[in-house]
Amino acid sequence: MSGRVLVGVKRVIDYAVKIRVKPDHSGVVTDGVKHSMNPFCEIAVEEAVKLKEKKLMKEVVVVSCGPQQSQETIRTALAMGADRGIHVEVSGKDYETLGPLQVSKILAALAKKEDAQLIILGKQAIDDDCNQTGQMTAALLDWPQGTFASEVSLEKDGIKVVREIDGGLETIKISTPAVLTADLRLNTPRYATLPNIMKAKKKKIANVKPADLGVDLTSRLEVLRVDEPPQRQAGMKVETVDDLVSKLKDAGKV
Amino acid sequence: MFAVRNSLRLCSRLSNLAVVKRGCAGASIPVDDVVNGLTDEQIQLRQSVRKFCLEKLAPYADDIDKNNAFPGMREYWKAMGDMGLLGITAPVEEGGTGLGYLDHVIVMEEMSRVSAAIALSYGAHSNLCVNQLVRHANRQQKDKYMPKLLSGEHVGALAMSEPNAGSDVVSMKLRATKSGDHYVLNGNKFWITNGPDADVLIVYAKTDPGAHQKGITAFIVEKGMAGFSTAQKLEKLGMRGSNTCELVFEDCKVPEENMLGPLNKGVYVMMSGLDLERLVLAAGPVGIMQAVLDNAIPYMHVREAFGQKIGHFQLMQGKMADMYTRLSSCRQYLYNVARACDRGHFSAKDCAGVILYCAENATQVALDGIQCLGGNGYINDYPMGRFLRDAKLYEIGAGTSEVRRLIIGRAFNSMFK
Repeated sequence: MSGRVLVGVKRVIDYAVKIRVKPDHSGVVTDGVKHSMNPFCEIAVEEAVKLKEKKLMKEVVVVSCGPQQSQETIRTALAMGADRGIHVEVSGKDYETLGPLQVSKILAALAKKEDAQLIILGKQAIDDDCNQTGQMTAALLDWPQGTFASEVSLEKDGIKVVREIDGGLETIKISTPAVLTADLRLNTPRYATLPNIMKAKKKKIANVKPADLGVDLTSRLEVLRVDEPPQRQAGMKVETVDDLVSKLKDAGKV
Repeated sequence: MFAVRNSLRLCSRLSNLAVVKRGCAGASIPVDDVVNGLTDEQIQLRQSVRKFCLEKLAPYADDIDKNNAFPGMREYWKAMGDMGLLGITAPVEEGGTGLGYLDHVIVMEEMSRVSAAIALSYGAHSNLCVNQLVRHANRQQKDKYMPKLLSGEHVGALAMSEPNAGSDVVSMKLRATKSGDHYVLNGNKFWITNGPDADVLIVYAKTDPGAHQKGITAFIVEKGMAGFSTAQKLEKLGMRGSNTCELVFEDCKVPEENMLGPLNKGVYVMMSGLDLERLVLAAGPVGIMQAVLDNAIPYMHVREAFGQKIGHFQLMQGKMADMYTRLSSCRQYLYNVARACDRGHFSAKDCAGVILYCAENATQVALDGIQCLGGNGYINDYPMGRFLRDAKLYEIGAGTSEVRRLIIGRAFNSMFK
């Protein structure tokens, strides 16, 4: 048992930024816009570091796929307590079309290469909202998955995961090795304190190319057009239920 | 994308103290740290501190100003201790973070961007008190006082000004008379930041009144020492929430081992400390200017008049340009002087020049900021008024603009003696 946790982190546009669509509708404006670690990835890193602090895992390795700037995101994870980082360099056109399929192939390859026992990811990224990478990675590795985790406990015979699902909370037990994806209430991520930012300077970030892992980055998707959501129309108040029904009928909703 | 982002904004640590300002919620103008010449670690430092301040301080900033009080101060101090913010320039071996003056400047700037008042209290604690101890305290004093000051359990302060001695601080009258193995202090100090809350204070007193500046000695005073008390909190125009008061010494007995630095050599401790105080505090007005831009520029791209966003009118474009260039030039000057200090090169002329320039520009930028918001800049629903009231302090504290001009002028005079 290697005791190694692999955590995937994604560099995304900061959650507080007002998104603007590019004039040519090919995507959103990213130049000069504040980026930070995907909030669900922060929760994933926190969970992994907690497992190491409880001595249930031995090493936390953090991975990010993207251009040079992804290293900032890895460094933040190192400052939160991860032991070392792997930067899978993807830039230019390849980065524009990088999606869950490609990332899950990369993570699966790395999991085998690093002999990982556990993969923890955020449940979804706040830029594309795909909610696919964790599930695809588990499928590629043929590992069990505990997604939307709001509680994780490592036990002798496997991992108990409490999942937040539409119907409520579902508790499952899965064997290791496994893939977990973190939901909002799993934990509260720690701040990267100044002493830890300084300590993280000495931690290593390895550079890897997708080709080295034997991963084909070609996308099966083509983005045709990106638009803003339609402007929200003003609502109206009605006096009686009959009024409501007739208005709904007029609008063709009923 | 929008659904998760909105729910994140609601579920984030900020949510239960919902900061919902009309017009420009959560907006900020990015800081170009490549132009500023910061290292990758310093850029990471800024991001980390910004996040910390946005979550732990920003939700309270307006109330702190309105009520002239920060009920969560002690908790915030401990949170800063955990982050390693209280001993930035203290060596790692002494429990500090072992960083430099530029790093301290970045922290001070980001905190001031959120609440200039609390940043001022932070500056008084971390630079005026802690840094002076780092530079002049002996082993026993450091072992006794540093741990709790660095953890945030204790609040630090520094006292040199008196009711009748501000600019002319060397004419201070607080008397320290030797009596056996301790000194007896009699007199008052005034304008003391953190005075009401401080557990540990560095106090300058006259041990030899006849010797004028050669008769000043620095002492470490503890809250609770017999004969030491504080008078009520001052009601200030700005920096409200950064508690300021008068200190009263009535036969206050301070043990001899609490002397900081050599007897009668306090003026050196004081003056060299003032250079670094000016350097680090100059980050205060820079943070305020950034906050003005954070609020005014997005506003001008939401507010409409005559059928378009007011930010598109030439006169308003001019205002944005003026505010931005003032801020940028102040910031570059400050960062350069801080970098020089980190290399061991201390220039009194430049430390005075930096705070002189930054403070006066901050007042001007804050005035411009109010003007950009028009009537909205004049009501307290918006923070523009607070920025102006806070900025003005920096033209007065840590040496008035007049004194700073004297220092620079005299430095040139002495080149031609």
